Amino acid sequence: MYDSASLVSGIRKGDPRSIARSITLVEREDPARLAVLKAINADIGHAHIVGITGPPGSGKSTLTDKLLKELRSRGRRVAVAAIDPSSPFTGGAILGDRIRMQRHADDDGVFIRSLATRGHLGGLSRATTETVRIFDAAGFDDIIIETVGVGQSEVDIVRLADTVVLVSVPGLGDDIQAIKAGVMEIGDVFCVNKADRDGSERVIREIRAMLEAAVMNGAATRFSALYQALDQLKAVDRTEGQSSPRASSSGLFDQGAAHHIARQPPGHDALEIPAVIPTTAETGDGVSRLVDEIKAHEAALVATGFLRLRRHENLSWELGNALADRVLRRLEGEDRKIELADLASAVLDKRKDFYEALGILEGSLAG
Amino acid sequence: MERKIRVLVAKPGLDGHDRGAKVIARALRDAGMEVIYTGLRQTPEQVVNAAIQEDVDVIAMSILSGAHNHLFPRVMDLLKEKKIDDVLVVGGGVIPDDDIPGLKAAGIAEVFTPGTPTTTTIEFIRNNLKRKV
Repeated sequence: MYDSASLVSGIRKGDPRSIARSITLVEREDPARLAVLKAINADIGHAHIVGITGPPGSGKSTLTDKLLKELRSRGRRVAVAAIDPSSPFTGGAILGDRIRMQRHADDDGVFIRSLATRGHLGGLSRATTETVRIFDAAGFDDIIIETVGVGQSEVDIVRLADTVVLVSVPGLGDDIQAIKAGVMEIGDVFCVNKADRDGSERVIREIRAMLEAAVMNGAATRFSALYQALDQLKAVDRTEGQSSPRASSSGLFDQGAAHHIARQPPGHDALEIPAVIPTTAETGDGVSRLVDEIKAHEAALVATGFLRLRRHENLSWELGNALADRVLRRLEGEDRKIELADLASAVLDKRKDFYEALGILEGSLAG
Repeated sequence: MERKIRVLVAKPGLDGHDRGAKVIARALRDAGMEVIYTGLRQTPEQVVNAAIQEDVDVIAMSILSGAHNHLFPRVMDLLKEKKIDDVLVVGGGVIPDDDIPGLKAAGIAEVFTPGTPTTTTIEFIRNNLKRKV
């Protein structure tokens, strides 16, 4: 019904049905997807990939809706992958992120696809990475990935997005939330949504304090190395006057820098932390500034060469991860289950020790 | 290869009650399907565009406003315009018996009126998909 050649030419033309059908192939892990992905490989790498993550109920969908509106007003074509959890018991899912974005359903510069996690942990679905590649090949300028509502360890988004927007909200818990490892450490751009509510200023203060402390303690944050590289670029720029083409073409030092030097910790003049931006997605307040910040981050990634660096790191990780998946799948066959059971019996009966059994298994997997 | 039935549950038209749609959405989810719920007050164009982007197997629409004789056939016309013939379309809501034959003639595969057990709807969907599962 749909051969891969017509899907590929459809994707390149931005045809919604071809895009949608290809994503379905990816979701089903249909072998037919491989030819499509191979053919579009040369077309990808142009889109800015933005992750929106934060706890359940923080307003990620509403914020995504408003980001769509703002980006569209700036003339950009935008695709969204919205991820919601599958039931671990029935495998079913209610994908409701679209409710907040349906006003864009008639706009052919917008494509929204809901993805169920289908048992995948980490805040994304297994199909997300390849879905993003299809969007990219279809010529969307910006790709927004809305993760499932995250707790404290769903951080897969950093392996995929160029820019991660961490959405916090007032009233979620005491200030210890801000120093917890995990999701708080993965943001490139920080946003406090529902900023019209009581307590939002406190949350902003706490996040700033956390970011400052992380920088002063020398902790590995997503932004420290980037800002250092930016500083070096700026130093070069100052010595060379305005001759640096990278700096002037990106507009980085006209606007970007102003967004980034939100506050310098006392006594640490050289240290910078990202701005923490208050938004009220419901009314759209702050969204334009948030988009400015997201785009300034992209400009910084491009100017410093960090974009390629990050994508390179992410691909290495993805390759390793895909290999681990393949190995795991080889444990699923009937023969393998019997072998596992036999080896378990051998260990239980003390005929073999654990690592001896593991070695045998490893040997037969390699063979 | 994992194959899930994907269903768009939509409320075209202007009525503001989606309790029935939500009950169906939940029942389909509990039956292991992936349900994309689009919320209230959708135009037929929005319903069809969402169905295309989400690449669903089924469109399930609920209407309580009495506008079914206009909105259901309009969705079918749009699907025909876009040459989409592999999506099962079912309807539900407050639909008089006399209107059902006309809706079926327009291409709505089945109409489920109040009191239909959700298991009936689930069975119907499973047995009448137009795309291979």
